[in-house]
Amino acid sequence: MNDFFIRMKPELMIAAVIFILLFLKLGKGLSNNKLLLLIQILLVWNFAFGFVMNAEGHLFNDMYQTNAMMSLQKNILNGGVLLIALLFTEWFQKCEHLTEFFILMLSSLLGMFFLISSGNLLMFYLSIELATIPVAALANFHFDKKISSEAAMKMILSSAFSSGVLLFGISLIYGATGTLRFSDIPALLDGSALQIMAFIFLFTAFAFKMSIVPFHLWTADVYEGSPIAVTSFLSVISKGAIAFVLVSTLYKVFQPYHTIWYSMVMILSIVTMITGNLFALRQQNFKRFLAFSSIAQVGFILVGISSNSIQGTTSVIYFILIYIFSNLAAFGVAGLISFATGKERIDDYKGFYKTNPFLSWIVALSLFSLAGIPPTAGFFGKLFLLISGAAAGSYLFIGIAAINMIISLYYYLRVVRAIFMDANERPIEKITIHPMTRIALIICGSGIVLTGVISWIYDAIKALVN
Amino acid sequence: MPNPTYILLILLLPLASFLLMGLLGRSYIKNASGLISTAMLFVATCLAFYVAYGYFFMYGNVQDVYQKLILFDYTWLEFSKGLSINMGILLDPITAMMLVVVTLISLMVHIYSLGYMKGEERFAKYYSFLGLFTFSMLGLVVASNIFQMYIFWELVGVSSFLLIGYYFEKPSAVAACKKAFIVTRFADLGFLIGILILSFYAGTLDFNTLVQRLTSPASMGLKTAVASSFLGISALTWGMVLVFVGGAGKSAMFPLHIWLPDAMEGPTPVSALIHAATMVVAGVFLVARLFPVFAISAPDALHVVAYVGVLSALFAAIIACTQTDIKRVLAFSTMSQLGFMMFALGVSTYGGEGGLGYTASMFHLFTHALFKALLFLGAGAVIHLVHSNDIQHMGGLRKQMPITHVTFLIACLAISGVPPFAGFFSKEEILLAAFQHNPTIYWIALLTSGLTAFYMFRLYFSIFWNKSYHSHSEYHGEGGFAMMMPMVLLAVGAAVAGFIPFGKFVSSDGKTLISEFHWQFSIAPVALGIAGILTAMWLYKKQNSKPDAIASSLNAWYKAAYHTFYMDELYLFITKKILFNVVGRPAAWFDKNVVDGMVNATGNTTQIISEKIKGFQSGKVQDYAIYFLAGAIALAVCGMYIWM
Repeated sequence: MNDFFIRMKPELMIAAVIFILLFLKLGKGLSNNKLLLLIQILLVWNFAFGFVMNAEGHLFNDMYQTNAMMSLQKNILNGGVLLIALLFTEWFQKCEHLTEFFILMLSSLLGMFFLISSGNLLMFYLSIELATIPVAALANFHFDKKISSEAAMKMILSSAFSSGVLLFGISLIYGATGTLRFSDIPALLDGSALQIMAFIFLFTAFAFKMSIVPFHLWTADVYEGSPIAVTSFLSVISKGAIAFVLVSTLYKVFQPYHTIWYSMVMILSIVTMITGNLFALRQQNFKRFLAFSSIAQVGFILVGISSNSIQGTTSVIYFILIYIFSNLAAFGVAGLISFATGKERIDDYKGFYKTNPFLSWIVALSLFSLAGIPPTAGFFGKLFLLISGAAAGSYLFIGIAAINMIISLYYYLRVVRAIFMDANERPIEKITIHPMTRIALIICGSGIVLTGVISWIYDAIKALVN
Repeated sequence: MPNPTYILLILLLPLASFLLMGLLGRSYIKNASGLISTAMLFVATCLAFYVAYGYFFMYGNVQDVYQKLILFDYTWLEFSKGLSINMGILLDPITAMMLVVVTLISLMVHIYSLGYMKGEERFAKYYSFLGLFTFSMLGLVVASNIFQMYIFWELVGVSSFLLIGYYFEKPSAVAACKKAFIVTRFADLGFLIGILILSFYAGTLDFNTLVQRLTSPASMGLKTAVASSFLGISALTWGMVLVFVGGAGKSAMFPLHIWLPDAMEGPTPVSALIHAATMVVAGVFLVARLFPVFAISAPDALHVVAYVGVLSALFAAIIACTQTDIKRVLAFSTMSQLGFMMFALGVSTYGGEGGLGYTASMFHLFTHALFKALLFLGAGAVIHLVHSNDIQHMGGLRKQMPITHVTFLIACLAISGVPPFAGFFSKEEILLAAFQHNPTIYWIALLTSGLTAFYMFRLYFSIFWNKSYHSHSEYHGEGGFAMMMPMVLLAVGAAVAGFIPFGKFVSSDGKTLISEFHWQFSIAPVALGIAGILTAMWLYKKQNSKPDAIASSLNAWYKAAYHTFYMDELYLFITKKILFNVVGRPAAWFDKNVVDGMVNATGNTTQIISEKIKGFQSGKVQDYAIYFLAGAIALAVCGMYIWM
């Protein structure tokens, strides 16, 4: 019994928060400001508690498994959700259904936790659904905007389709191997066409969730239509979780098919980077711009995944950690601007530095980090991804990745230039920043600066990887 | 063993001062910021003395050899086994000496600035920059890893850039700080390539290992480095010369010196700290740090060091004779003295009697820091009173500023090599080392040393004697206690530092070097020095027309020297005319036609693609599903193909 509580601690904690919120909803309810503060405190506590008392082991007939690396991955996601809760404070305070928003978001997070810990294909399927469906509801949270409903609709339809393919793949695997347990599958993989087909169907589900080209088409519409808090959750937390699971699934369960998935990952990575870059190059809307740039970032994550080594796992976790800081900082500032003025176009950002130096520096830091300019953490993140990818041997592939990194420099710097250099007669006026938001932005900024410089973080992650 | 915490504290205190003043200075601490920084630096200086004392007298010397101690080592970024960037502390005689020099001069400048910079609007920012500079310079001298040194090397460059450009409302200051930054950046590129070459052959970035691998004849790295050659010169020599280029940039060696005179646009105490005593000796320090490799494995590179050094010394001394801006004279004199230190290293050999040049160079670095900082501080006091840098606006100041007068005189005597002041001993050793190893260099150096005495006393007589002083503004004294105290302390140092038996502490191989004093040898330099002083006295003590007459009789030569031999114009010609036309134009054409063309093509392609994929990103979910399926099928086909 004790084992149960300790091993499932991350999930139970999130579930507890959800239940607290549900009970609060039953009564008369608190004012939004108090409720938000309570949520933030609960999330801080949840995050802090995530560092201690982590156990290894499995439960429910291997349905559920956990170890130190998974606990770390879950807590990185916890930290990301906490940052989101802090960053969009002002928006949340005005949000009509704050309780529901967090219940849905945390349910999705709960799904991701189960996904990370799943040891069985059924568990895997259930948790991937739990992680997706609440987000579709979240996408609809701009109740007065049609574009938001459209986003939700597109998301739920596309993911239903993807789930169908995934379920098909799972049943084929069951048909071909007679088992659903991850630990049994590798030994039973014999390379029959049916199995490969099944594996590829399974893989498309990951590709869909991570918005790898050509499974990415829903991304831009959904990102643009959703409230910015949801967009950042989708593009950072959700992608991070799926990347973690993809690594362990490919490395552990489908290790015998390494030759197949190496080529697949390589091709998809190249296509994804190029497409993401080409589209990001011409976006005028900052949110859409971040959406496409995040597609390009996924291409880089795939470079790290292709390495098929402990270094690969480490560099992916390390990169996601940095990516959370960098991308959330950018989304946070975009959210502030959009909430205060309704402006989202990059041209509107011209001369922003004159009026809002603090926010400008945060955006510049985050974009430098996303572009991988030293000495920001993003540079080290990409460096380690490329190094671990290079260990797998295809230098042409790494070369293409490096060229894409240079292309991406151009469009990230375009935004920085608009903010710092371009003149504007009527720049965006000074924006008041809520203290909580300021704290979150400072955390992100220091994360961007420090994560790269403090080299033992990488080694610490490496020590946990197995 | 010593406690590394003390050395770490020496570094961290200035850093803390930088952060504190930078973050809180403007709004919270304001005028107290100077006092707080000074107090922090005072603690750091005491610790530095304590560490140096401990090293030289207690634990540093094991069986008559001074050890190279690694007190702290932290792997910061590991590339592969053995090749990593570490952050560490290497304590050896020159590090211990530099710790003392840097903290001491920095402390003096901190105190002096309390008076000199009083009432400046950005007072706290000034102190925060001083803190940053001190921190980076200390990081540079304790570096145990050549890449660590490079990082701090750049940091030193950045903080010097910030300090030169402190008066950023003056366009000339902005131009000067840009020039300093860009010129040294070019040199640093050489340094970086040098580091890459050395680390490639040695397989390490760690100083001790690198020196050991590149000097022991049995090591593979050394053999390949010597065997592989480019343009007939071995890779090792290339590497060492490139490293020296980096050092030459920082130490303002000819022809990379052009930034130093302009850098005088910064506040005068900054010049005392950065451009006299600390940053500019970084290049000398670098050569000294890698000295065993230079001396044992790459003697050709060492010859380059020697000749560049001696030519810079002579060249700068000639220019210094003609300048009329007090700080520019001092700048060229600094360059000349740095040349002395460089060629002293250049004529030295490793170990034993032959290592005299090394000891002499470090000795001169030490004494020069004292008297040159003093000269700059004195010049600052004069400028403070006269409100002009031009010596033609000065004269007869000895009555108005007696303390400055005496301290300045002591410093001038020291730099001219008049016994028994500090400069005499160190310069004598340098000349002796040159005499023993390379007569050509010795004769040039002897001439330069005579010139040194001449231009320094030209400055001295023009400021303090010559015409009588009439003030345009009200006489407001010499400057307060804060300004006089550091000058008096440094003057004491400049007077007595020569009696330190330096060879006992600092030598190329760590063993005690007993340098004998040959009084017969000293006759020529001292006589020449005194002749220089007397000439200056004859020409400049009283206002007369002799200097102008001489200048006009040497018209072309004088003009050339006055315009610093048109070096700046040459650079301008090279950059504007040659670089612009030969490199810039084609590059612009390439940029316009090829790069822009490619970028436009990318843009157009993107446009075309986006036109084509309007259906691709149509906004219709059913289409998305089709592409999803198509992707899945393509993957399946691809997967099957690979597997079969």
